[in-house]
Amino acid sequence: MELLSNLALGFGVASSLTNLGFCLIGVLLGTLIGVLPGIGATATIAMLLPITFQLEPVSSLIMLAGIYYGAQYGGSTTAILINMPGESSSAVTAIDGYQMARQGRAGTALATAALGSFFAGSVATFLVALFAPPLTAVALKFGAAEYFSLMVMGLVMSVALAHGSVLKALAMVVLGLLLGMVGTDVYTGAPRFTMGITQFADGLNFVAVAVGVFGIAEILRNLENEHDRQVMTKNISRLFPNRDEFRQMVAPILRGTGIGSVLGILPGGGAILASFASYTVEKKLSKHPEEFGKGALAGVAGPESANNAGAQTSFIPLLTLGIPANPVMALMIGAMIIQGIVPGPNVVSEQPELFWGIIASMWIGNLMLVVLNLPLIGLWVKLLTVPYYVLFPIIMAMCSIGVYSVNSNTYDLFAVAGFGLLGYVLSKLRCEPAPLLLGFVLGPLLEENLRRAMILSRGDPTTFVTRPISATLLVLSLAILVLVFLPQIRKRRDEVFTESDA
Amino acid sequence: MTLSKMTAGLLAATILTAPAFAQDYPERQITMVVPFAAGGPTDTVARLVAERMSADLGQQIVIENVGGAGGTLGAGNVAKAEPDGYTVLLHHIGMATSETLYRNLAYETLDAFEYVGLVTEVPMVVTARQDFEPDDFPAFVEYVKANADSLTLANAGIGAASHLCGMLLMQALEVPLVTVPYKGTGPAMTDLLGGQVDIMCDQTTNTTQQIKAGTIKAYAVTTPERLDLFPDLPTAAESGLEAMQFGIWHGIYTPKGTPAEVNQRLSESLQKALADEGVAKAMADLGTAPSPAEDATPEALKAKLESEIARWKPVIEAAGVYAD
Repeated sequence: MELLSNLALGFGVASSLTNLGFCLIGVLLGTLIGVLPGIGATATIAMLLPITFQLEPVSSLIMLAGIYYGAQYGGSTTAILINMPGESSSAVTAIDGYQMARQGRAGTALATAALGSFFAGSVATFLVALFAPPLTAVALKFGAAEYFSLMVMGLVMSVALAHGSVLKALAMVVLGLLLGMVGTDVYTGAPRFTMGITQFADGLNFVAVAVGVFGIAEILRNLENEHDRQVMTKNISRLFPNRDEFRQMVAPILRGTGIGSVLGILPGGGAILASFASYTVEKKLSKHPEEFGKGALAGVAGPESANNAGAQTSFIPLLTLGIPANPVMALMIGAMIIQGIVPGPNVVSEQPELFWGIIASMWIGNLMLVVLNLPLIGLWVKLLTVPYYVLFPIIMAMCSIGVYSVNSNTYDLFAVAGFGLLGYVLSKLRCEPAPLLLGFVLGPLLEENLRRAMILSRGDPTTFVTRPISATLLVLSLAILVLVFLPQIRKRRDEVFTESDA
Repeated sequence: MTLSKMTAGLLAATILTAPAFAQDYPERQITMVVPFAAGGPTDTVARLVAERMSADLGQQIVIENVGGAGGTLGAGNVAKAEPDGYTVLLHHIGMATSETLYRNLAYETLDAFEYVGLVTEVPMVVTARQDFEPDDFPAFVEYVKANADSLTLANAGIGAASHLCGMLLMQALEVPLVTVPYKGTGPAMTDLLGGQVDIMCDQTTNTTQQIKAGTIKAYAVTTPERLDLFPDLPTAAESGLEAMQFGIWHGIYTPKGTPAEVNQRLSESLQKALADEGVAKAMADLGTAPSPAEDATPEALKAKLESEIARWKPVIEAAGVYAD
């Protein structure tokens, strides 16, 4: 019953007219910046930080949280419409979402993403409210060895299921892993693969790599052949999913929500895996795995739900431990401190209005997002009719501004250009960018945790099998491998990441 | 004309026009470069004082986060910036340690900047996981010396406050511990909370809330006197570890050649900001305090930087750890 009174308190705070207003501003801004290619929540929140000083702490945090999950929403729009993911999670959405758009089903893909996100967001918010403290205790059990095994599982899932172009997918993952190595070694301070450029000392900027290999490469490819794009806009039959499509999306959304909620709790990078894991699971369970990569509805519904659920549950470590799970969370902590609230384990008991108010606002915000986004779908789809010579320069300009604004680093722009070219060459070689991106994101985490686990165990490799959670994850990875290589299942195995570029 | 001659010419022009120019300063927006990511402890300090300084200067101070390479990228940008007072740098102790940690720094630390003043000096606390055996600092010292082989010491990466403090701790106790670096304070603290590592010495900005909540154990502070915040915590010096005395001091700099009047004006503004009750309160919440007015001056910061470079050089060289 305590929960009910807490939620009542939270909704009381969040539904005041002011806070509803700030929640709306937040999700609106979030949607907008999410839709603008390359501009992310981090840059926006950093820019808005000074404005929030004048606001009540609760209002400002409600708004900032709104921007964060609003951007997650908006980010899938660009991924689907122009194959331009702004973060690792929407890279997965881009695979099938963009193919759907090319078939004239952009509206359906966008609606699926919106509905899946709404459902996942609502459920995950409820989880945060109900289980935040006990879930935190579980998350703290994850040490370096556990994270390493989790990353192994992530890599195995994606690579093992690839087929036909197994070799190419593997090569892409390895290339991604190598690119992830660029930067200063955490343990020795030695710069690696930076070519003496200090600006790459902290590694390649993810947004630069993603925008390059996906978005810029796609633009180059489109410029080669304008014919493709006309097909995209002429074939639009309807904007919303039909009954059959609704039926198809239910199970993936449920599974995606589950996967995302669990992984989002882990502060050491679990949320990154959410959408990749969901995609793999959907493909594995699907009766028509051959449709994946060619516009499968489940390939949008699952990952989008997983991504949004993860985004919500990643608030758990922030709210219960005071420790940020990602740069956006770090900014929110900065905002709290300037407001005179120092985040820590006591925030729940010392500032119940703040804690529960934010949780309640997340639910309200998700509702606002779905109401906002469904009518907007028609507008977004119209964007596809904007002629090339107008749309592409705008996209390029936006990308450049967005990438530059993160660290005011011109070398990030060179990286965009470089990876755009690389992406174009790869698409000519029929190598897919998604495994590359997965390798790029997981590589550093894999290495960092492997080496940390080995330091902690004084060089004893059995640490990975003697720690129960780690051992379980490794056994699961092995099981996935075996499952894939069993002959009778082998027939059903096919490409997870292959994007048909017909 | 060569580039350096042009620069020299520009410099001369700036200096010649300085008096008239300094009177009206500031007449437009000022950029404060923070060489770390937005939302971190240094960023928070910068935003706190920048807001109050803006009010006094009558011009907006905009924070620009130029993170990367332990703060040396942002500092390097400011070193190359126009010395007109519209680009300033807020940096912490890393300004002094990077001189030794980075052997190919793009600028000469002592020659590339002018000084505005010290902002705050954040104390450090020696902490350990919640179920760490010793109950007080003397017991901690004894326990660590006896069990050095099996203990781990976390830090937030090379050059971080926790790394510097860890080096001092190991030197003071004369035992090597297994050092476990992390990418930032967040993951390091998470592992300390989870009991994955044993010991960490970090700024009060990062540790105070956890100590108060009892999720980690605190043993000693690194200040000359005990802190009002934790009156029960002894100083490390009380147990005979005099070398364990330091804080993460923050200072504001301008590029070399910035007119003295401008630095003076900024320094006055900084002093006003530091005297502000709201700033004092916000800093107290973080476990630190504004620097006194006499330290918020160009002279005090210059002296601090010089003495700190000299102090850390042997410590870092003895540890043999470099960031490049």
